[in-house]
Amino acid sequence: MEEPMHNSAITAAFDTGPAFVPYLTAGDPTFEASLEYVQALERGGASVIELGLPFSEPIAEGKTIQNAISRSLEGGMTPVRFFKFLEQLDVTVPLVCMTYYNLIYQYGTHDGPRPFVERAATAGLDGIIVPDLPAEEAGPLHSACQSHGLDLITIVAPTTTTDRLERLVSLCSGYLYVQARLGVTGARSDVSEQTAASLDRLTDIELPVAVGFGISSGEHARTVIESGADGVIVGSALVEIIGEGHRAGDSPDMVAQRLEAKSREITTAITKLQQQP
Amino acid sequence: MTGTFGRYGGQYVPEALMPALTELKGAYEQYVLENADGFMDEFHERMRSFGGRPTPLQRADALSDRYDTDVYLKREDLVHGGAHKLTNALGQVLLAKYMGKERIIAETGAGQHGTATAMAAAHLDMPCEIYMGRTDTNRQRPNVFRMRLNDATVTPVDVGRGTLKEAISEAMRDWAQSVETTHYVIGSVVGPHPFPKLVREFQSVISEESRRQIRDRTGSLPTSVVACAGGGSNAMGSFTTFLNDDVALHAVEAGGESLTVDADAGVAPNSATLQTGSEGVLHGARTRVLQDEHGQIMASHSVSAGLDYAGVGPELAHLVDAGRVSAHTVDDETALAGVHRLSQTEGIIPALETAHAVGWLEEATESQLGEQIVLTVSGRGDKDLETVLEESTRRNIPETPDMDVFDPPANGGTDA
Ligand SMILES: Cc1ncc(COP(=O)(O)O)c(C=O)c1O
Repeated sequence: MEEPMHNSAITAAFDTGPAFVPYLTAGDPTFEASLEYVQALERGGASVIELGLPFSEPIAEGKTIQNAISRSLEGGMTPVRFFKFLEQLDVTVPLVCMTYYNLIYQYGTHDGPRPFVERAATAGLDGIIVPDLPAEEAGPLHSACQSHGLDLITIVAPTTTTDRLERLVSLCSGYLYVQARLGVTGARSDVSEQTAASLDRLTDIELPVAVGFGISSGEHARTVIESGADGVIVGSALVEIIGEGHRAGDSPDMVAQRLEAKSREITTAITKLQQQP
Repeated sequence: MTGTFGRYGGQYVPEALMPALTELKGAYEQYVLENADGFMDEFHERMRSFGGRPTPLQRADALSDRYDTDVYLKREDLVHGGAHKLTNALGQVLLAKYMGKERIIAETGAGQHGTATAMAAAHLDMPCEIYMGRTDTNRQRPNVFRMRLNDATVTPVDVGRGTLKEAISEAMRDWAQSVETTHYVIGSVVGPHPFPKLVREFQSVISEESRRQIRDRTGSLPTSVVACAGGGSNAMGSFTTFLNDDVALHAVEAGGESLTVDADAGVAPNSATLQTGSEGVLHGARTRVLQDEHGQIMASHSVSAGLDYAGVGPELAHLVDAGRVSAHTVDDETALAGVHRLSQTEGIIPALETAHAVGWLEEATESQLGEQIVLTVSGRGDKDLETVLEESTRRNIPETPDMDVFDPPANGGTDA
């Protein structure tokens, strides 16, 4: 395994025990409300926060996050505004951008991922996840991230073969994103059996391992940590709180409180675990 | 990077799909390129007996007179199902069988690829689910009926404008879930490697036949070959065997209502990806796409559902950049007039997609037409009859026949 080229703030965030890594689509449903929501996640105990930069063709996303992406795009979110969003955020935890390759590729006046990564670094971003960029195509983004001290976080799927796994790990820094089940994002009422099997083959990897796709409750989160994960990624269950609040016309304050409470449910469930002998 | 054409191509898909693409690439090399287990023999035999290949090459006498040149029509409209699409669909469904897959999914725009896939799946006894944008299910109803009659599940996609782009995204989401047992029969030379090559390989039978047929008939090669292009499977199929010949290749895209773009609304009122698009990554490939300054994919438009797409096959984009293929656009009205002209003067009602190639003959210069031209009639127009009559009437296209034969609607209204 290759050592990360820099001291990763993201990796360090896993040092203090099981990590809670929430996801929200930035700008959902508005720039201002979304700033408040992200801050609520930190109050709820987030260790690292993933922020979606919305793309018009989110092929890895289920309905819940697709809807969040539509709301955010309608609210006027763009890559340029996304960086302003990062700069206005008042949080101390490391931030990861989750987006699709075309937005990274188009940013700036010349081709390739460098201008995006350069701007991301000055805006205070710590890492990038790109669901439609497999190891085969990740070279240019990986080297841009390395030169600007950002982590490129790769995704390991249930279908990933052993030789591919090695390649994904060698490209990865920050944490390894383990996709808990096949399919698209979306909250589920159970924990997939694939999760334990996936984690079993990652036991000798030095990077922290965070599991995502389908985790929706403190109980799920606990099961995943008990199966050997270092962190849990929770997206759709939180995004749905925003969607419901938006549909009901609730105030951003109320929605922020619910997000904080849901975050606390998960952090409490996994922190207790750590205190047990 | 693998599977590239100049700057274009590649595999921009979630990791979960990568093992399936590797498996598909292996199957493509083994069965398609090397004819393992007689795969290609079976494919050709089924395309003969079930699919109606080879299709005729016919001299179009009225068009030849009109343009003072020899116009030949490659009659892909006579393939079973009414379009070139069956050749790819049958090839891929058969390949899925050889690979031991249990289920077929596909996206469709005009419904021709969905129909072809549903027919191939019924023929080869595979369960089949077709994703189709809601706008398209409404404007291509006859094809929805056909797919259902062939026992395919048709799943409407309500996202966005509900056209081909959204249907492909939704099919990819299904595949991300079902990849271990399911083959995704992509409908054009688009998507991640190896799809653009695989689909081109099956469709290139069009130009293998037409090159042989025109030589047998006239003793020479054509000056030019014309084909409409949405994703580009008809164009690549019509061009491939001529690539190394001194033959001009013309791809005709949908100019829609206008070539200008409303970036604020995120709408391009056309599907002229080759002419007006820029390099980007869409649906698994780096290619030319219609996008705004930030890289968001724009909603495209064409009166023809099968051309209404914001991307294009990477190999075709590369051939255009390299100067080997010329790209042209024909707008909605010229295409509609093309439907009427071919119907009235040649007795062939073409698909609206094909009508763009027919319309281009009106706009081409004498030297572009040359002495002998082969135009691929990619499909027949049965699926488009309602759209053609409605849209032609609305736009006062002079060639439009009146439909006074029907009783007026009981409410005196303007029901479609
Ligand atoms: C008859 C016909 N021609 C052309 C097309 C465009 O697709 P492609 O460019 O892949 O040939 C379609 C698509 O549905 C079609 O139905």
